[in-house]
Amino acid sequence: MIVNGIERPEASDPRRLLSDYLRHDLGLTGTHVGCEHGVCGCCTILFDGRPVRSCLLLAVQARGHELATVEGLAQPEAPMHPVQQAFKECHGLQCGFCTPGFLMATVAFLREFPDPSDAEIADAIAGNLCRCTGYANIRRSVRRAAELSRQA
Amino acid sequence: MKPPVFEYHAPASVGEAISLLGSLAEAKVLAGGQSLVPLLNFRLARPAHLVDINRLAELTKIYERDGGVAVGAVVRQAEAEVDPLLRERCPLLPLALRLVAHPVIRNRGTVCGSLAHADPASELCAALLVLDGRVTARSQRGERVIAAADFFRGTMDSVLEPDELLTEAWFPATAGPVAIAEEARRHGDFALAGAARAGDRLALFGVATRPLLADPADPTRGLEPSSEPECSPDFRLHLVKVLVERVMQA
Ligand SMILES: Cc1cc2nc3c(=O)[nH]c(=O)nc-3n(C[C@H](O)[C@H](O)[C@H](O)COP(=O)(O)OP(=O)(O)OC[C@H]3O[C@@H](n4cnc5c(N)ncnc54)[C@H](O)[C@@H]3O)c2cc1C
Ligand code: FES
Ligand code: FES
Repeated sequence: MIVNGIERPEASDPRRLLSDYLRHDLGLTGTHVGCEHGVCGCCTILFDGRPVRSCLLLAVQARGHELATVEGLAQPEAPMHPVQQAFKECHGLQCGFCTPGFLMATVAFLREFPDPSDAEIADAIAGNLCRCTGYANIRRSVRRAAELSRQA
Repeated sequence: MKPPVFEYHAPASVGEAISLLGSLAEAKVLAGGQSLVPLLNFRLARPAHLVDINRLAELTKIYERDGGVAVGAVVRQAEAEVDPLLRERCPLLPLALRLVAHPVIRNRGTVCGSLAHADPASELCAALLVLDGRVTARSQRGERVIAAADFFRGTMDSVLEPDELLTEAWFPATAGPVAIAEEARRHGDFALAGAARAGDRLALFGVATRPLLADPADPTRGLEPSSEPECSPDFRLHLVKVLVERVMQA
């Protein structure tokens, strides 16, 4: 399996959730775990380019697939990814717990809808929960991310 | 909040999958995992074996047959939602899919997994019933085709036997008006009540232990919804009337 462009060993324990494999075995703790039943969305990663819940996949199921997590969006010293930049500019986060999931869902969404309507934005992030922001700034961030991505 | 111990199998062919299901005790099929993995994480399901069908390329097709469209067991809900053939021949299915959970869940969840799971509030189960569709089940004992009207038994209970693999679902093409409407507490939640229409056929979901066909002129006849803290029987009956009116006007 390839994670953020790097070949990684297969998981051996079938009980290992993909979210736990990323966090505990690979040390990629940017992927957060909130509910472990698909409801909160903070564990969202890209699986062959499409956003999925990593808490609802077994790590063994990732064999041969390509994954992307929030750590892969930008290198430590490099400029931020346009979606990260937009969330920063528009205050799309407070505590940040939900943010990795919103970022990954938004990255995939904007590839498919580079110039989304407000309704499309609302639908795209409806599956991600945030206890802090009240969503207004998150919707603004996604709109700004679309602008920045089109400029990039 | 972690799965119990199980043995994992990833068969490479349908033949291998059904021979595993036929020989292993307490085995469960793992499709999209969007219902099964939460049950494992909560330890509400404790299968001894999981038979993962996600590598079965044979079951990834959407194709035309017998005046309708067949959807293989590994077709994701998100793929079916935008499939041109389904949009043209069975437009109710894409409409129903848009009400299932959220886009990210639909990227992994399968159409057939929803049918096999048989949740009473499932939009897709109601769509199969109102369209008078069928499913195909295979086991080492052979293959059988089950009509929607005979398939759903009760809450998360179908006539599928533990050794059977649901290989595909078939939805007849429709020409007349189709519509689906539901009411949920929040967008993407399971519906408190819903109605699906194909021509003059009507199915209700979320109001009994399985989807039901109903008479558009008197949709609440015989309904006895259970009482839940968030939804009284009277409120549910009210929802049914409003939703039926909405889909019959479409
Ligand atoms: C947050 C959230 C919200 C949701 N909201 C909705 C909603 O509004 N409406 C709705 O209908 N669903 C909803 N779901 C459930 C979702 O649609 C599931 O994808 C679906 O119920 C099951 O499909 P699956 O492919 O994920 O199946 P799995 O979870 O893999 O399997 C479900 C069950 O079906 C069996 N099974 C699956 N495929 C087969 C097969 N081919 N042959 C035999 N048995 C099989 C499994 O053994 C298991 O018992 C939601 C899920 C989540 C996480
Ligand atoms: S931890 Fe995966 S959706 Fe909440
Ligand atoms: S910023 Fe705190 S949960 Fe979203």
